[in-house]
Amino acid sequence: MSRIAEKFEQLRKKEEKAFIAFITAGDPDLITTKSLVLELEQRGVDIIELGVPFSDPLADGPTIQAASERALKNKVRLKDVLGLVKDLRRETEIPLALLTYYNPVYKYGLERFVKEAVKGGVDGVIIPDLPPEEGKDLRSLAQKMGLDTIFLVAPTSTLKRIKLVARYSSGFIYYVSLTGVTGVRERLAEAIKPTITKIRRFTLKPIAVGFGISNPKQVREIASFADGVIVGSAIVRKVEENLGHKGLVREVGKFVEELVAGIRDRE
Amino acid sequence: MGKVKLPDKNGRFGIFGGKFVPETLMSALDELEKAYLKAKRDRAFQKELNYYLREYAGRPTPLYLAERLTRELEGAKIYLKREDLAHTGAHKINNTLGQVLLAKRMGKKRIIAETGAGQHGVATATAAAMFGLRCEVYMGEEDIERQAINVYRMQLLGTKVIPVSSGSRTLKDAINETIRDWVTNVRSTHYVLGSVVGPHPYPMMVRDFQLVIGRETKKQILKVERRLPDYLVACVGGGSNSLGLFHPFYKDKVKFIGVEAGGLGLQTTKHAAALLAGSMGVLHGSRSYLLQDRNGQIMTTHSVSAGLDYPGVGPEHSFYKETGRAEYVSVTDKEALKAFELTSELEGMIPALEPAHAIAYAMKLAPKLPRSKIIIICLSGRGDKDVQIVSEILRGGKK
Repeated sequence: MSRIAEKFEQLRKKEEKAFIAFITAGDPDLITTKSLVLELEQRGVDIIELGVPFSDPLADGPTIQAASERALKNKVRLKDVLGLVKDLRRETEIPLALLTYYNPVYKYGLERFVKEAVKGGVDGVIIPDLPPEEGKDLRSLAQKMGLDTIFLVAPTSTLKRIKLVARYSSGFIYYVSLTGVTGVRERLAEAIKPTITKIRRFTLKPIAVGFGISNPKQVREIASFADGVIVGSAIVRKVEENLGHKGLVREVGKFVEELVAGIRDRE
Repeated sequence: MGKVKLPDKNGRFGIFGGKFVPETLMSALDELEKAYLKAKRDRAFQKELNYYLREYAGRPTPLYLAERLTRELEGAKIYLKREDLAHTGAHKINNTLGQVLLAKRMGKKRIIAETGAGQHGVATATAAAMFGLRCEVYMGEEDIERQAINVYRMQLLGTKVIPVSSGSRTLKDAINETIRDWVTNVRSTHYVLGSVVGPHPYPMMVRDFQLVIGRETKKQILKVERRLPDYLVACVGGGSNSLGLFHPFYKDKVKFIGVEAGGLGLQTTKHAAALLAGSMGVLHGSRSYLLQDRNGQIMTTHSVSAGLDYPGVGPEHSFYKETGRAEYVSVTDKEALKAFELTSELEGMIPALEPAHAIAYAMKLAPKLPRSKIIIICLSGRGDKDVQIVSEILRGGKK
């Protein structure tokens, strides 16, 4: 069982939900990213998504676009993110998934990517511009070598597409809570819960919800029916606010701890 | 008419093409494909489209024998397919009339589009105005600066022009931003993509709407010359005017030459020649040739012509390159500018900087060929929009 699946299994037994945090690798630099991952683990985060910087992040809103640009300015590329994970694995067993656009992976070479990712300790990969039907090659390699491929369901997905994603996703299913790009929204989209119920008709795999979730109240609400809650832009914004401050890692950690409390204080 | 089974049902031209987009758009692309294929078979739709192409856009456009240019070059006979005479001054209107008509049939209330040089933006704004749909166009800040007249034209036509300040602030980033808008408003909005790029069904659909160029050309050349041409020459940015011209001749013994933007030269990084200097990759929803670095980051391109300033190219062109069906060459900014001036002086027509690239290559090719050969160049647009930038360059102002 992969680290991701195992984490969900452990949480399920305790009747708890997963808190999944996204940060852009290399924003503002790789050393900070490393400290952030370790800090977030301390603050109760269950799974970490590491964003691989890309020049054309078309599923992302302004916050993550800016983070991606900062990381690219620091010359952080896919190979550096793989190196970072390898380095992190000396210190932590927290499940790690890479969130990357397809082109850097394609250019790296699918087989080389999967092999090095697994060897370095990456547990899963999320590729927002790779739907399951285009991801066959990657999926079969990943399956063979033990890397989770996490596909996404959107509010516009038809039943047929939900089934397709449910079947091919491994680790968990990523439900995109709204039609739009990543970014903080004041209010949660409507009809998230009924859609999760709909997806559950086709699968026993864990379902995590992301996009637009930014405060403890929203986290709590999502956690009341989903298996995991993903927060990205709100955390990245916290990083941005603290750029150049010595206390960046601690400040972001404090912020995330409050978000995690949205889940944990339920019991 | 010589139909070719391209793309396959998965939207592939060989290994190129496909649908590499966020899940949110997958159903919309399916819906679009279904609606398009239905409209294609529907005679009422075709009739309506043909009506607007004829009565509104002014088709068919002439195939003009460029006598003075031919004489000057002392070689093959040169014809110009006059897409510059189509309404709004470029071939882009063929596609936008088709897509906006389709959007109306699909019940979409809002139109969005990207634009580089502004020609596609103007053509979309025009079609949206005529059919009474709300329209917003994304345009890179750098392009807004160099194509100011087209910005104002779009505004006159009732379209909102939204400046894009991310990345290279040109066409590539305008497409990113339009996709972001589409992901957000996909239920109410149709995205009128302007070239044969993007996810399936766009490369197929845009090409189909542009086939009118090649079909007319074929009829016209057979009428005046009683034979097919030897060469078809067209510029390639995304590649819609060239495919529109080439495709109806796919099975004929006619050479296709696509001319890419060589910028300051292929030995520099300042060009936009994806087919000649790029490698395979995935951008904006399809697999194709791409200008990227070895880490798969998309490179910033350069061309004097905003309409060719794009790091990717339509997947069908990549397929033509792989299979050898078409030959691809490049000309530099300088050569294109020279062709711009020469065509203006000799033929009394100011070409857009994009087709000036095609003319520049024909200027090299024609003198090497005997007088019995025929070259047809797609004059895809007129150059009024470029007059200011060219005058600045030629006076030695901007580089």
